[in-house]
Amino acid sequence: MTELLRGLPPLLASHLELVLVALAVAAAISLPLAIAVTRRPRVAFAVVGVAGVIQTVPGLALLALMVPVLAKTGWLSPFGFPPAVIALTLYAILPILRNAVTGLRGVDPAALEAARGMGMSPWQVMRLVQLPLAAPVIAAGIRTATVWTVGAATLATPVGQACLGNYIFTGLQIRNFEMLLVGVAAAAILAMTLDALLAATERALAGRSRRRALIPTAIFVVLVGFIIAVLPALADQRGALGPSSAVAAGARAPVTRVRIAGKTFTEQYILIEVLRARLESAGIAVDVAQSLGSTVIFDALVHGDVDAYVEYSGTLWSNAMKRASGPPRWRVLAELEGWLAQAHQIRSLGPLGFENTYALAVRRDTAERHGLRTLVDLSRIAPQLSLGGDYEFFGRAEWTAVQRAYGLRFAHTTTFDPTLLYEAVARGEVDAISAFSSDGRIAANQLVVLDDPSGALPPYDAMILLGPRVAADPRVACVLGGLRIPVEQMREANAMVDRDKASPAAAAAWLLARSGPIDESCSRLAPQ
Amino acid sequence: MIELVDVSKRYGAGWAVRHVSLTVGRGELVAVLGESGSGKTTLVKMVNRLIDPDEGEIRIDGRDVRTQDAVALRRTIGYVIQQVGLLPHLTVGDNVAMVPRLLQWPRDDTQRRVGELLELVGLPVSTYGDRYPDQLSGGQRQRVGVARALAARPRLLLLDEPFGALDPITRVQLHGELRRIHRELALTTVMVTHDMVEALTLADRIAVMFRGELRQLASPHELMTAPADEYVAKLVEMARRQGEQLRDAAGAGS
Repeated sequence: MTELLRGLPPLLASHLELVLVALAVAAAISLPLAIAVTRRPRVAFAVVGVAGVIQTVPGLALLALMVPVLAKTGWLSPFGFPPAVIALTLYAILPILRNAVTGLRGVDPAALEAARGMGMSPWQVMRLVQLPLAAPVIAAGIRTATVWTVGAATLATPVGQACLGNYIFTGLQIRNFEMLLVGVAAAAILAMTLDALLAATERALAGRSRRRALIPTAIFVVLVGFIIAVLPALADQRGALGPSSAVAAGARAPVTRVRIAGKTFTEQYILIEVLRARLESAGIAVDVAQSLGSTVIFDALVHGDVDAYVEYSGTLWSNAMKRASGPPRWRVLAELEGWLAQAHQIRSLGPLGFENTYALAVRRDTAERHGLRTLVDLSRIAPQLSLGGDYEFFGRAEWTAVQRAYGLRFAHTTTFDPTLLYEAVARGEVDAISAFSSDGRIAANQLVVLDDPSGALPPYDAMILLGPRVAADPRVACVLGGLRIPVEQMREANAMVDRDKASPAAAAAWLLARSGPIDESCSRLAPQ
Repeated sequence: MIELVDVSKRYGAGWAVRHVSLTVGRGELVAVLGESGSGKTTLVKMVNRLIDPDEGEIRIDGRDVRTQDAVALRRTIGYVIQQVGLLPHLTVGDNVAMVPRLLQWPRDDTQRRVGELLELVGLPVSTYGDRYPDQLSGGQRQRVGVARALAARPRLLLLDEPFGALDPITRVQLHGELRRIHRELALTTVMVTHDMVEALTLADRIAVMFRGELRQLASPHELMTAPADEYVAKLVEMARRQGEQLRDAAGAGS
């Protein structure tokens, strides 16, 4: 628990920073826009309508959408702060804009007529009458936006922005509910605190005393300054992702700091700790971005926002290279490594020694009752069975390929969160699931993985990828290159976290104790 | 002096004001009398250019208002409306000081003027200056409205049904005060009203509007004795009957 609380301040600081920047930008867009459209009711309705449509896009989707959009335009990094701020800004516009339009249009017409009649210019009417009279309604809109944005900002984790969502996503995936609760509670307390301060400001303003409004404003400024500037400096920086420092591509100076990243499942949290431990023991500083989306992480590597992570050959083969499944393992690896180096200056350190492929798994008793060993056997009785898959599975090329190769037809298919999938089949909610072959829960839940004799599922060799900034650095490659993890060990390490509630760091330490030490020659490559 | 020469204003197919010509002499108080929809408010709003006419010309002291900047023009004309329209977020003092501040008067002059005016309308600044509009009665609010309209020493005062929302006792009190202020400050005043008795008791001359047209422009005496047409005659008849009923009621009680 104390470890969790120690990691909190940097996350809280970047969360607050994200929220405040998004709110400031949203207000800077919404208020002038509201002023501009307030005399034209039809335009005002249209503008509020558009903002309303943006609001209906689910927060996570809007955030994820910003990554390819930014990658395409190329103005800003498609990773971390920029996509998060843009998405949250779009999200915050509606409440601010709608209240500003309502407030400005709701000003007593008699006051407006008197103001015009006494000789105020249109701008003076706005400044001296409409804005002050609409101020409480505008302030209420900003309050609503603040509470929403504090909540929505927790979804910035998968696009690579450190925030309180890191605890929520990681806690959910590795089933650390203490971590999850700390993240949720911190976000809730932050939202309530900001709301209370804004409410106090609003009341003081409505109370006609400018001086009294200064008190909550001052508390607000002090609190923000404390959380953003002071708290992280006091706390242990470890575990946080600092502000992104873009490094010029092709810099030849020896690498002393590496940004590593991981996706959103148990194995990846463990592998982050493995990479971190190897790099740190060689004296290289490490920044970590956890819980990234599968396509976000590769884009981030390409753009140099992430320097290293563990990828699976089949994922890039079908998602990034858009190739059909089929060729044998060695050819996939060879072609993939060539493509990564040529198209993206990304270096692969070769297969880690285990695969984490998609596989179809059934309960042992189901397998025994129907005599199931391979997908060919499964295809005979599939029409009487139901199949569960993770979020991606039924949309992926592998599913199409398996269906085609074995003529698989199931009675129903259902989508589950990956954390619930294994339990769903174990409890008999479904008869078969899409499983990951290195997952510890296969053994833990007495499941049987069915063979794929036609090779319809592409190979998923785990491999460390190095981004353009560190690809040519001999020391990083040397330190990470020697790692080998057999599939039994990876499965056991996964089970330690999923079944035994060990921390990813503990599972990583267990793995590292079984892999060879860092080659001594690596230290000779250290910067002088 | 205000001159309206053949002024018309159309809204869609209908006429709000149709070929109206009238002159308000310096120091005169003219009441524009009519029912709702008669065009009386439109007529007055064309004087301070809140509305511009489609045809005709409006001159103040010989100068066409259309050649003047509307915002600057309005600062030289006092304007009072029925709903008062005090700014609720400002004190009484700040409301009255608004036009002098727009005109960037020196601070001391503005303060002195606010004091004079609140005194003039019977709300001493020491008691009322720091109050907010919602702490005043309806009558007090309209007094502040009048003070605000007069703050920058306009020669011209336009009032659009200024007493329409007040209770009868307050209304009669304010009638007397308007008359006094009009005389003391030598204003040229145009007041819109739908109340014949108010027009008869206050105005030097009455302009009767009906369906956008000016039916008669005459002194109260002339209006009562020689109504120009049937409509005016009906108005006069109604006012007279009210007067008789009042007298009868008073007589029956004694």
